[in-house]
Amino acid sequence: MFVNQFLVLAAVLFCIGVYGVIARKNAVLVLMSIELILNSVNINLLAFSMRNGSLDGHTFALYIIAIAAAEVGVGLAMVLLMYRNRRSIDLDELSEMKG
Amino acid sequence: MFAAATEAATEVALKSGWFLENAWVIPIIPALSFFLIIFFGKRMPKKGSEFGVASMVGALVFSAGAAYQWIQRVNGAPEGAFISPVVKTWTWWQNSGVSFGIGQHVDGLTVAILLVVAFISTLVQIYSLEYLRGDRRYTHFFASLTLFSAGMLNMVVAENMIQLILGWEIMGLCSFLLIGHWWEEGANSRAALKAFFTTRTGDIGLLTGTAILFFSANEWTTKTLGVSGFSIRGLSSWALSGNPGNAAITMGAIALFIAAIGKSGQFPLHTWLPDAMAGPTPVSSLLHSSTMVVAGVFLVARVYPVFFKGMDILGSGANFIVIIGGVTIVIAALLAFVQTDIKKVLAYSTVSQLGYMMMGLGAGAWLPAVFHIFTHAFFKACLFLGAGSISHSSSHHSFEMKKDMGGLRKFMPITFVTWIISTLALCGVFPFSGFFSKDEIIDNVGHNGYSVFMYVGLAGAFLTAAYMTRATYLTFFGQPRGASAGEHHEEESHDSHAAHDDHADHGHDTHDSHDAHASHGPHESGWLITAPLIILATLALSSGFLNALPFGEKFENFKKWVEPSAEVINPTGIAYVVGSVGEARIAADAPTDSTLAPDAEVMSDSEPVPVEDSHSTAGAGEATPEMLRSTTAAGEDSHSAEEGHHSSPCGTETPEQGVCAAPQLNHAPFKWSKAGLSMLIVFAGFLLSLLVCIQLYEKKNKKFVGLTERNKVLGFGYKLLVNKYYLDVLYEKIIVRSIAHPIAAAVYWFNQKVLDGVVNGAGTTAKGIAGWVYRNIDQRVVDGAVNGTGSVAQGAGSALRPVQSGKVNQYGALLFGAAAIGALVLVIVNT
Repeated sequence: MFVNQFLVLAAVLFCIGVYGVIARKNAVLVLMSIELILNSVNINLLAFSMRNGSLDGHTFALYIIAIAAAEVGVGLAMVLLMYRNRRSIDLDELSEMKG
Repeated sequence: MFAAATEAATEVALKSGWFLENAWVIPIIPALSFFLIIFFGKRMPKKGSEFGVASMVGALVFSAGAAYQWIQRVNGAPEGAFISPVVKTWTWWQNSGVSFGIGQHVDGLTVAILLVVAFISTLVQIYSLEYLRGDRRYTHFFASLTLFSAGMLNMVVAENMIQLILGWEIMGLCSFLLIGHWWEEGANSRAALKAFFTTRTGDIGLLTGTAILFFSANEWTTKTLGVSGFSIRGLSSWALSGNPGNAAITMGAIALFIAAIGKSGQFPLHTWLPDAMAGPTPVSSLLHSSTMVVAGVFLVARVYPVFFKGMDILGSGANFIVIIGGVTIVIAALLAFVQTDIKKVLAYSTVSQLGYMMMGLGAGAWLPAVFHIFTHAFFKACLFLGAGSISHSSSHHSFEMKKDMGGLRKFMPITFVTWIISTLALCGVFPFSGFFSKDEIIDNVGHNGYSVFMYVGLAGAFLTAAYMTRATYLTFFGQPRGASAGEHHEEESHDSHAAHDDHADHGHDTHDSHDAHASHGPHESGWLITAPLIILATLALSSGFLNALPFGEKFENFKKWVEPSAEVINPTGIAYVVGSVGEARIAADAPTDSTLAPDAEVMSDSEPVPVEDSHSTAGAGEATPEMLRSTTAAGEDSHSAEEGHHSSPCGTETPEQGVCAAPQLNHAPFKWSKAGLSMLIVFAGFLLSLLVCIQLYEKKNKKFVGLTERNKVLGFGYKLLVNKYYLDVLYEKIIVRSIAHPIAAAVYWFNQKVLDGVVNGAGTTAKGIAGWVYRNIDQRVVDGAVNGTGSVAQGAGSALRPVQSGKVNQYGALLFGAAAIGALVLVIVNT
């Protein structure tokens, strides 16, 4: 099977996601990057599931999709609250927790 | 009477063609167009509507091509032979023996509905060009409308249940978007949510039913036909194979039917349909004629063998489908009487007509029911577009018949004539199209032994005639009232109308110069609106002749083209595009006086089975002795023998060799006496309703006006109807509240008593322990250690302080860096 190609794709997606989380200042974009990371994991799961000929990977991938949807719901709610309170979703301005 | 001329093993190669082979393209065209509209629509000169109209015209051309080639295919085959559907499938998901396909399953039913959907969608889009001109979400409207048609087309060509669910859900989503098109109005977004949630309630059944059927059927279909258990062809054959256990197929059929109840607005989930009128009128027209609400009926017709076996259709005097259908007809028709909004009258009339279709399907009248989908689409679309035309040009965007209409026949001649034609078709007056479909349903329901439901159908016909007369009278006759008489709502304070006026504002706030009715009285609409009306009215008048039973065999084309023949076929015969391979037997003596086609049997194997060719005679309908003899010899069930139809084991017993694709159904012979009776009932409905209307609305007869307040029984009935049988109250107040409130209360109680109690108890205990610990251990032993640790921590803290920057990104970077180091360590350790 073409497992390698899937893994390369997943790795690329993962790296893009990590880059987004680290470099972006916009909270929504960070959330989107997290989605990319989750989906790169999904691709890995599916690739190995195909290779091993079992449905387990698919099942997990579906769970991840469902949980990711919930996570984004919570995340966007937080972003919304943040916007209401501060009129901005720039993460750099959110540094009250500075030690 | 026996098939004498036996041609041994004739290869029947069926014709096909490009359009037929590539029918899967049809839903793709509008789907692509949807993306074009979304991404480029706003930059186009016509704001994206050109993509929508063009794609629907394209889909229409492809559908017409497919229909033409299907007709060629049927005509090229020996009469009565099983015309194999054109099935194509590609795998798009596959793992460990489970695979989901996507493709096309094109047969007579598919091409008929494809043609209707593409045709109505095209006209509705053209109509919307004018109706929604200047709307603030014009582009989005066309995008949703196009995707909506794509969903329906996809559902119709679907090869398997998964693809069908895909189309079904696309429609659910788009109906939400379209009903809530003017979402600034709270009522509209509530209606959209209601439609979405109600159909969603039914959709649980679709998923459950598909899963049940898949797990029951997959093994058989894979072994016998080489297709998955999702395949429509596989499920149909499986249902008739005698293989499925009773419980599995019954549960599957019930679950699927619950989905159909939700989508097709059957009792008791019909409540969303009238509220869906909150959307723009073209949407109502599309939703209520050929898409969305027809989807449920289509689902039942599509995998009909599953319902036939699962619900024991023809086997007993009543079943789930026929009861639901019958109840829906009457309750919806009654509700139509108390509506003042013209669109709501039409909405309830749709619910009622869908009840007819379901009742027909439930009673084994498959063909009349499908034909009713076909004819109903034209006249119902015409009625809705007519209502839209009135509100657009005459009643100042109001749909209130009592307050803002009346006497419009002089001002809107085209709308009036098309409305009357469609109303007559809806009521089933000969020779309008509704007659040939609705009357056939009623007739066949009675013929198949469901006599109670035949009377329900006749009562429904009476009610239909009566409420449509009332609506027509209020709209087109009498004196103009309200907005039609030149009054404007803006100056008045009709609170109940605020919603409609606001629609108007959304729709027209940017083109007051174009808006002529601010200064003029009622007038006819522009040609973009009247042209679709005229086309639809012509079809409402003429489409019935596709299957005009009274005129004999030559006019039964719809039956010939659409109804699948109930033959035992070779399992591999229908797996491929070309040809059902089998032995064709052509009947030698074709009966001359028959209303039915002389039969030709295609048998699956070379073993000669005695096949009798009997026929139904139009006038007598009596079984001749030799027919009875031959039937008995072949061991057929006596019911079908009486009717004189050719007999196939499909549906009644298990085929020994080969498979069945459709159950053997009966057709009632046409009798003028029965048709005359139903005509009489319809005209009685017209007359009675007209008399009451004149007394009530024109003469304001004291006997009638305010009758519902004086008479207790009538008052109660009226109140019941106005409150829609209290179903909304039941759903929203009782069911939702009874679930939500106790749960909330229980959770609150649990929180207050149990959780807080535990926490408080733990707190008190901890406090006691803590006091002791403080006095004895903390002060003496720990403090020394802590102070030492504290100074260490302070040092470490100030060293690590820059890391705690408060910047989320930096934390993320640290996290991933640590994870990367961890991964590296793992790799090194493992190698």
